[in-house]
This record gives sequence, structure tokens and C-alpha cells, in this order.
Amino acid sequence: MTAAKEQLLPVVSDVIADLNHKPGALLPILHEIQNRLGYIPPESVPLIAESLNQSRADIHGVISFYHQFRSTAPGKHTVEVCRAEACQAMGSRQLEAHAKATLGVDYHGTTSDNNITLEEVYCLGNCACSPSVRINDEIVGRVTPDKFDQLIDGLRSQTLEVL
Amino acid sequence: MSSPVTIYIPRDTTALAMGAERLAEEIAAEAAKRGESVEIIRNGSRGLFWLEPLIEVDTLDGRMAYGPVDSQAIDSLFDQGFLQGDTRHPLCQGLTEAIPYLKKQQRLTFARAGITDPVSLADYQQLDGFNGLKKALQLDGQQIVDEVKASGLRGRGGAAFPTGIKWQTVLDAVSPKNQKYIVCNADEGDSGTFADRMVMEADPFMLIEGMTIAGLAVGADQGYIYLRSEYPVAYQILNEAIANAEAAGFLGDNILNSGKNFHLEVRLGAKAYICGEETSLLESLEGKRGMVRAKPPLPAIVGLFGQPTIVNNVLSLAAVPYILSQGGQAYADYGMGRSLGTLPFQLAGNIKRGGLIELAFGVTLRELLEEYGGGTFSGRPMRAVQVGGPLCAYLPESQWDTPMDYESFQAIGAALGHGGIVVFDDTVDMSAQARFSMEFCVAESCGKCTPCRIGSTRGVEVIDRIRNDENRAANMELLDDLCDTMIYGSLCAMGGMTPFPVQSAVKHFPEDFQQPAHNNGARS
Repeated sequence: MTAAKEQLLPVVSDVIADLNHKPGALLPILHEIQNRLGYIPPESVPLIAESLNQSRADIHGVISFYHQFRSTAPGKHTVEVCRAEACQAMGSRQLEAHAKATLGVDYHGTTSDNNITLEEVYCLGNCACSPSVRINDEIVGRVTPDKFDQLIDGLRSQTLEVL
Repeated sequence: MSSPVTIYIPRDTTALAMGAERLAEEIAAEAAKRGESVEIIRNGSRGLFWLEPLIEVDTLDGRMAYGPVDSQAIDSLFDQGFLQGDTRHPLCQGLTEAIPYLKKQQRLTFARAGITDPVSLADYQQLDGFNGLKKALQLDGQQIVDEVKASGLRGRGGAAFPTGIKWQTVLDAVSPKNQKYIVCNADEGDSGTFADRMVMEADPFMLIEGMTIAGLAVGADQGYIYLRSEYPVAYQILNEAIANAEAAGFLGDNILNSGKNFHLEVRLGAKAYICGEETSLLESLEGKRGMVRAKPPLPAIVGLFGQPTIVNNVLSLAAVPYILSQGGQAYADYGMGRSLGTLPFQLAGNIKRGGLIELAFGVTLRELLEEYGGGTFSGRPMRAVQVGGPLCAYLPESQWDTPMDYESFQAIGAALGHGGIVVFDDTVDMSAQARFSMEFCVAESCGKCTPCRIGSTRGVEVIDRIRNDENRAANMELLDDLCDTMIYGSLCAMGGMTPFPVQSAVKHFPEDFQQPAHNNGARS
């Protein structure tokens, strides 16, 4: 585990070197680290802090403020269920309950096979064809519980193929 | 051999969410199989979202529309001659421009939406693109600002502040570092809104042009689009469009050989609703927690990195190219009273025909719900309509005849906000909706001021007690007090407006607060 983490830090250093010249560079740096690694390893905080001449507390404070940034590795896929009003009007409360029951996790949880992390999201801008779900970078509309199950089955078989 | 038939398949988020990507591949494959020569263009959406994926075929009479198309329909579309614009297929909607939902609109900002390939400069220029910029390059800063003032344009983000006055303030402000900024607020977080997204995905050059004109007006050479990360498609399209505009000399150094510079960068938010509040957005752009700043000083004077900054919503900036090319008066000729121009309304939630409807101010809510929306998606009676996003009131049927303009809505204690309209049918439990308003504030408060941070948590608890029938009368009174405290004691609109949907639910749907809630929120 420690060895794996040590391999992450060169990636973090590269990202910092690429982006720290930007005005207000912290969010772009955090996004890029999370893009490449899936999360922001706590070990990267001192590196970022030093490069931006800020305190570690500052960096930690920003990471913890934003719902998107995470400090632990997510599952292979991230599934976000929209909780906002337009989706509520089309049954998203039932869909949320179904998603949690099907995957056996609550929000921010990852399935035991490490395949899927479930997250909440407030609006994906697909409000005329709600309820909506985002799977990685793809948004899906008019998601019924049945359709949700099909999407999840798709993710599971995809993972099997990869393995 | 005849020339290829042009087919349009949108690359808009909703079209993709309804399967447009796979459809484009399957149609291309089927055409190849049948030996048909086709050219598929990935356009923006027309905003007729209930018909997505809406595909269009170029014919001599105009574009013929088919939708909503799914994989199963492909064979029969080919069989029944959709490539020739045949109207026999049950999914044929007739000529796109003749679809009443679209035909009845007054599209100024969305004039090009869905017609063009969003990243094609040739398409954009063919339909008046960059005419506003060319005009602006012949004017001085004050003349540009005067044109925007003459248009009567008010900020489309929700607060409806006169755009021209904001620009004047930035123009007049002195920057100690000789640096001003244009910031586009593209953190469209209100549920039920997607007009900003549509601008960015269907006509991104219009936003780029509007921001460039703003830069010329006030002497800013750097712009940022603060885009919510929930919009991955818009991010992709904006970046393509910016690269194309730069390569062609419409953006960057020495714009159109004028000697003027304007640079533009898209920055992503990170799932924080509060960053749609302008000072919080600026903090976030600076690389900090999105904590709201106290005002004054106004961002127009002390904004991004302490410099004078225009912070405008996508729609406000997107209206600017039209205003410059056609003149402020042409824009002001639309609308009523002090609400001039058009507003893109967005019909969402439990609605049969959801989509984007750009009209002059003054149309009634009922016209939108019934004539455009066609009733609920579920087929059940409509019960409540939330206009303006999660911080705005729920309206009962008795208020649906209100004209959609800023002043009329203010008069009934409601707000237009960003023009989003979310429809609920009669299964909605309004005490559950009120609870959600408070719960949302708990999740999204920046935490700087107590009424918002603590008040929302107490709000959830009080509403839970009411829903559990614990000491109902006293708790209703407490909720009322709490709402007052949040409204008058919060630093920004997050805590200050969260009570509006709560109070409207209590006032207009009291029956939902009078009986113990059953079945975890679902009304029978």
C-alpha cells in the first residue's frame, strides 16, 4: 500500500509543475490530480502547499470544502444520482432508495467489489428529461429503477471483461 | 451519384442522455450498409427536449424533424424514406421550423441554437456571428456600455441587476495593477435550469463574443468562464470553440488585427452550489474555499484578485452580441415595463413537453405550462410549480396567471430567478419539499454566517417535528421565526432565500403540514 502511494507522488509533482504558474492554480491542480489518480492522496497536500506557498491547512480546507474532491480512492466507476427538484418531481426519491438498496451502499460508499462508488449530485442540467444519473462522464436521462439496473449490469460486465 | 444527405444529430447533454451518441453511430452504420451517402453533423439542441434525440434531415423545403428516435426506429426510418424527408414515419414531426413549440418563440439569444455545428466558425459567421464584435471594435468603451444600457438588459442570473450599470462601474473603476477581468458565471446550479448549458453547448461562440465585447468595453484583457463540473459536455464544447476562435484570430492577441487582446479560459467548479454566488465564485477562482464575501466592496470595484471585475451570467453575456449588432433599442423593443428583452424559460420536472422557450417577458406561467408544456408527464393533475430554482417559491394554481416578468413576480412574493420552471403533479408532498429546501441549504451553505449554517440544520429538525406531529402549532410558529431570522440575518441569498420555498409551501399548501406525514413523503 505504501509502495503504491509512493508511485502516486511523481504524478502529483508533475501536475503541480504543469499548473502552478496559473493565477488561482489550486482548483485546476486538484482537479488534475483527481483526474489522473481518482482522488487526492493526503500525501500530496504538503507538496501542493509548498509549491503554492500556502499552509497545509489551507490546502486541506479547500479539498474538504468542495463535494467533488475526495481523499480516498473511489471504485472503478462513479455513479451519481441527481437529488434536485426537477428529478424529485419525476421520482428520484424512489430512484435514490433503489440505487442504495441495489448497490448495498449509502452515498459516498463503494461496493465491496470496489467497482462502483455511489455519489449524490444536485442537478446535471438534464431537467427536462429527468430523473438523471451520471455514470463517470456520461449523463443518462429518464432513469427508472429498471433502467438503473441495466446500467449497473453494464458496468459490472464491463469490469469483468477488463479483468 | 447524388451529393450526400445531411443529417443533424445533436451533441447536447440531454440529446446524449437520451441516446444520441449511439444513435449517430447506428445511423452511420445503417447508411453504409444500405449504400446511402450521408453526412452527419453534430449540431446543438433546438431545446425541444421531449423530442430528443431529435434528428433532422436537410430537404429542399427546410429541415425535416424526426423524434424522439431510438435504435428500434432506424430501420423503419430508412425504409420509409426519411433521407428524402418523407413525412410518413410516425416519428416525423414535420419541418422543424414549423413545430408550433418552436415557431411561436421569439428567439434572439437562441436564434442559432440547434441550427449550427456549435464549434464551426463558418456556421456561426453565416448567421450574423461576430457582427457585434466587429461593431464593438469601431466603438470606444463608453459607447459600448451606452449600447448595453440602452438595451435595458438586466442580469439573467437571477438578481436582475442592470447590466449596463455594472459595466459602467467597472469601466469607471481604476485598477491599481492596470488589470481588469471579465468573469462569466456558468455555475448554473438551480434545478430546472439548462439555458446556460444550452448556450455553451449549442452556440458557444456567442458567449465568447459577448465576453470579448465586455472586455473591449471596460478594458479587460482576461476572461474566465467558471463552469460547474456537472457539465462535462459543455466543458468539452467550450474548449473546442475557444481553440477554434483563437486559431482564427477572434480571440487572443490582436483580435481581428485591432491591436486589442482578450484571453479566455474555462475553469471548473467542484460541486458547490454556493459558488454560483458571485463573491464565492471569485474566491473559488482564486483557489480558495467558496466562502461568500461581505459586500461592499462590490466585485465591480474589488473583484477577482482584488481588481475591478465584471461578473455576469452566461445569458447576460450571450445577449450582448445581438445588442451590439442590432442596437440596444432593437432588444428593448421586446418585453414589458422594466423587464425588457426576452427570457429563455426552461420547462422541467414533471412536464410532458419540457424544453427551452425563449419569449419576451410578459407571457403567463399558465400559457407556458399548458400551451407549451402540455400538462404533466405523468398525466396527473399539476399541483405545484417552483419557478426560479431551489431558493424560490412554490406557486399554487391560483398564481399561475401571473405574467412572467420581474416586477409581477416580486409582487406575489416570488421571483423569476434564472427562468427555470419545475412542475410537480398531485403526488407531491409539500412538507417534504420544504424539508428538502432546508436540507439543501445544510449541504450547500458555505458556513460563513450563522443564520444560514445553523438555521438550515434547525429548519430540517423543526420540519421533521412538524411532519411527525410533535407539538405542531408551536413548531409551526418556530419555523416562521426561523425563516425570518434566515431571511433578514443571512449574508447572501443562500440563507436569505432558502425560506422562500418553505414559506410558500406552508402558505399555499397548508394541508400538507396539518396531518402526520405517511409513507415517507408520498401522498396517496
